[in-house]
Amino acid sequence: MKQKLVLIGNGMAGVRALEELFKHNTSDEKGSDQYDITVIGAEPHPNYNRIMLSPVLAGEQTINDIILNSLEWYEENNITLVTGDAAAEISRVKKSVITESGKEFPYDRLLIATGSNPFIIPIPGADKEGVLGFRDIYDVDTMVQAARDYKKAVVIGGGLLGLEAANGLMKQGMDVTVVHLLDSLMERQLDKPASALLKASLEQRGMKFLMEASTAEIAGDKRVSSVKFTDGSELEADLVVMAVGIRPNFELAKKAGIHCERGIVVSDTMQTFDPVIYSVGECVQHRNQCYGLVAPLFEQAKVAANHLAHVGSTRYIGSMTSTKLKVTGIDLFSAGEFNEEEGDEVLQIQDVASGMYKKLVLKDNVIKGAVMFGDTMDGTWYFSLMRDAANIADFRKTILFGQHDLGDAGHGDASAVMSLPDAAEICGCNGVSKGDIVQAISKNGLFTLDEVRAHTKASSSCGSCTGLVESILASTVGEGYDATPSKKAVCACTDHGHDDVINAIKDHELKTMPAVREFLEWKTPDGCASCRPALNYYLMARWPEEYQDDAQSRFINERAHGNIQKDGTYSVVPRMFGGLVKPNELRAIADVCDKFDVPEMKVTGGQRIDMFGIKKEDLPAMWKDLSDAGFVSGHAYGKAMRTVKTCAGDTWCRFGTQNSTGLGVKLEELTWGSYMQHKFKLAVSGCPRNCAEATIKDFGVVCVDSGYELHIGGNGGIKVRVTDLLCKVETEEEVLEYCAAFTQKYREEAHYLERTAPWVERVGLTSIKEVILNNEEERKALAERFKISQKIAQVDPWKARAEGEASHEFTQLKIAG
Amino acid sequence: MSNWTEVVALEDIPRLGSRVIATDTMNIAVFRTASDEVFAMRDECPHKKGPLSQGIVHGNTVTCPLHNWKIDLASGEALGPDEGCTNVFPTKVENGMVYISLAVAAAA
Ligand code: SRM
Ligand SMILES: Cc1cc2nc3c(=O)[nH]c(=O)nc-3n(C[C@H](O)[C@H](O)[C@H](O)COP(=O)(O)OP(=O)(O)OC[C@H]3O[C@@H](n4cnc5c(N)ncnc54)[C@H](O)[C@@H]3O)c2cc1C
Ligand code: SF4
Ligand code: FES
Repeated sequence: MKQKLVLIGNGMAGVRALEELFKHNTSDEKGSDQYDITVIGAEPHPNYNRIMLSPVLAGEQTINDIILNSLEWYEENNITLVTGDAAAEISRVKKSVITESGKEFPYDRLLIATGSNPFIIPIPGADKEGVLGFRDIYDVDTMVQAARDYKKAVVIGGGLLGLEAANGLMKQGMDVTVVHLLDSLMERQLDKPASALLKASLEQRGMKFLMEASTAEIAGDKRVSSVKFTDGSELEADLVVMAVGIRPNFELAKKAGIHCERGIVVSDTMQTFDPVIYSVGECVQHRNQCYGLVAPLFEQAKVAANHLAHVGSTRYIGSMTSTKLKVTGIDLFSAGEFNEEEGDEVLQIQDVASGMYKKLVLKDNVIKGAVMFGDTMDGTWYFSLMRDAANIADFRKTILFGQHDLGDAGHGDASAVMSLPDAAEICGCNGVSKGDIVQAISKNGLFTLDEVRAHTKASSSCGSCTGLVESILASTVGEGYDATPSKKAVCACTDHGHDDVINAIKDHELKTMPAVREFLEWKTPDGCASCRPALNYYLMARWPEEYQDDAQSRFINERAHGNIQKDGTYSVVPRMFGGLVKPNELRAIADVCDKFDVPEMKVTGGQRIDMFGIKKEDLPAMWKDLSDAGFVSGHAYGKAMRTVKTCAGDTWCRFGTQNSTGLGVKLEELTWGSYMQHKFKLAVSGCPRNCAEATIKDFGVVCVDSGYELHIGGNGGIKVRVTDLLCKVETEEEVLEYCAAFTQKYREEAHYLERTAPWVERVGLTSIKEVILNNEEERKALAERFKISQKIAQVDPWKARAEGEASHEFTQLKIAG
Repeated sequence: MSNWTEVVALEDIPRLGSRVIATDTMNIAVFRTASDEVFAMRDECPHKKGPLSQGIVHGNTVTCPLHNWKIDLASGEALGPDEGCTNVFPTKVENGMVYISLAVAAAA
């Protein structure tokens, strides 16, 4: 027998919780395999996208466009749906819900998601015909009808909702005045300058404003005819929309004796004081916060579903939110604390002529808040910097000009996305077009980047198209899309982020994967393909001498010590230190290729030779021959130190200033075999002509007459980033020491799969310089730790496997049949 | 009906790992989970035929090494929004030996 789950409130948060619940099914069953579900909704509609009521009012979309779950959806998922009949009473003794029409539904678990009500100012006349809030389809229908019959509208409240209502009514042909109590619009999202720009821009479109006006009375016979103010003035009106705020709707819960304050009080598991009763959405008060935007509510829904499904491991810990206004043609973005306090710093630019304004509030070089008007393209970027508490010291000077200015090749112009044809390819890795993404978003009602990734695979591989996908998301679900991310967890197996894991391993001396998973309360017994390689790496990097590497937690390339190819064969790239090579070595490679029928050879971009198309079973024998000729693995397959590229240098080149080739060999001898969070490349150029391309490497050396310039954090590849100059040193010994120290600092601190370029941008060049340049003791300690870990790492994996290690990996079993 | 063929000792399959069995017609991957359950399926991802045997095993799932599809070991079906299915074969473990039945393969 299944348990009974009743949901009160057929709205965005509640229904999302059901969808999340279905994801926990362990069988193929449609709907929930644990519960018989009943949904009780006061509105006579299936669940729709409330956010999009604004575009509907503005005539840009229809009600049909915004239905999220059709009646068939409820049927297919075996949900008993009651519409147009509000829940009137919850009997906790009988464990049942009674509706207004007298129907009774028993429950084992109850989920309350009654949303909120528009606040109607309690003034005389507020109950007259033609006075309403802006909350549901009924309100929109009423407004559209009024626009046909009447002319003059007054919107009380100059906040987000009020302005969207006013804009819609204006589009419906009404003469609209917005009445606002304060002297600036959207004061909770905008500072004064941005607010003034917004007002000017709306005025230009024909909207009228009455600022600092306090409403005293709604006058009229049966229907409203005017609005009167406390200063005695009066404004004609046939329609009054009150948009002065929302109040969590918890009457029903309160009547049932459930503890409520400003909303229904819930714990981190979304349970009310009665543990079989859960609550999510705008009706909820969590850690003293009530939310009025969908993104946090969806996070709540996910947590509630997790507990309803008896998986019982996640917690909701609150959200950070950002705001956009859905008035077509007006670009506005706001997040965080955008009004500076003492001790904060402000960066801002304003271009009056083009109506552009940007402001960032900083504290200790970390973004606390942002307001933008006119050009909001970088809103999501600032928001993600803010969420990551990234140190922006190093690009402070240009941050206001946007991410483009950092030489971001990947993102392209976000506003240009809208004008792309449907066939335009957005995600090159997975071949996903703009049309595919738009369709997936509208068909499946997607709201977040993660959901788009799951459904289309777009941006789920290299990630360079993430910015584009986010813009498409924003333009498709309306700008109501919230970039509000959940805290960046390592993967779905945990709520903890990478830093939490790194710190826990260090601070609590956790030395095995099960210990980490237990300590951090992992939700899955043995992790997944994302977290296992990360944990394995973090443990290996922290405890090089004690931790036993776990082959089954490595991606196949690192387990088979070759690059897996699309046909399941492997490639073999032997190391050529500094790109130098001898005739007998070339001969050995040629012999190996003949012996094993290698179908193709190629000189790589990393100054060595690649042999393609090797059968897995042949690898150990081939490695044996290479090993006998003196080669070790080139780790061309690993999240590991790859190559040291060098140029001719002063041995031959007429411009050379130092022995770049020799230094390259020494650097490669120092660093080979080391595993990292991501690939790691080095180069040494003999002079500033830089033939070895040292300034796009993770660690690059440019030789000059007086010594060596050390460069860090460069990246070719997907998103080209030129290195930052770390410092100049005078001797080769110093180069080696600084290289070891920098490498180790990266190895100990970066997140798994975070290459040096994004890492340097996240933590800031200054913080790296502070240690490597200004703290000699720590620099030497880092270099020392690197050397200790290298003692264990510099064992050639090829030789070991040629001698029989992990032979099960390379031998096939055979049976007939 | 099922005729069992002995293939390998359980301990010769790494936990959370796999072995590949070559047959006359195809390669079969045999997986061993953390709790020593054993599953077998055709070593071809429903997406683009990636060798599933080379993927990372977690829970009763394997993640394909080529493009990260997640395949349910018991049913051979792709999980989540991805759709597709690969053939699975019955297995049993007796006295530390793994047996597989190819009877179903003939039917498929
Ligand atoms: C073999 C080689 C191409 C060649 O024939 O020249 C190559 C081949 C591959 N590269 Fe590369 N890259 C090769 C030089 C480069 C270079 C040039 C260089 O190093 O000077 C770059 C740009 C420089 C850089 O990394 O900053 C490069 C940037 C990438 C990237 C993008 C990295 C990034 O941070 O944006 C990837 C994808 C990744 O790592 O996620 C990649 C990934 C790959 C993979 C491993 C794809 C994969 O995961 O299967 C390719 C493996 C082919 C195979 O099956 O063997 N390869 N790759 C080069 C091997 C160099 C070596 O000797 O080890
Ligand atoms: C015009 C407008 C524009 C918005 N724009 C944005 C935006 O751009 N971005 C953003 O993030 N958010 C926006 N929001 C807010 C967003 O729509 C809400 O945060 C979200 O809908 C709240 O979800 P919920 O499930 O808590 O409540 P709702 O979606 O309101 O669902 C609650 C449901 O419960 C029903 N109900 C109440 N009492 C009972 C009862 N006793 N019995 C049965 N049913 C009951 C209600 O009728 C309602 O259908 C906007 C809201 C509006 C109105
Ligand atoms: S960088 Fe130019 S000058 Fe310097 S060694 Fe290379 S080729 Fe010669
Ligand atoms: S072949 Fe398996 S995911 Fe593409």
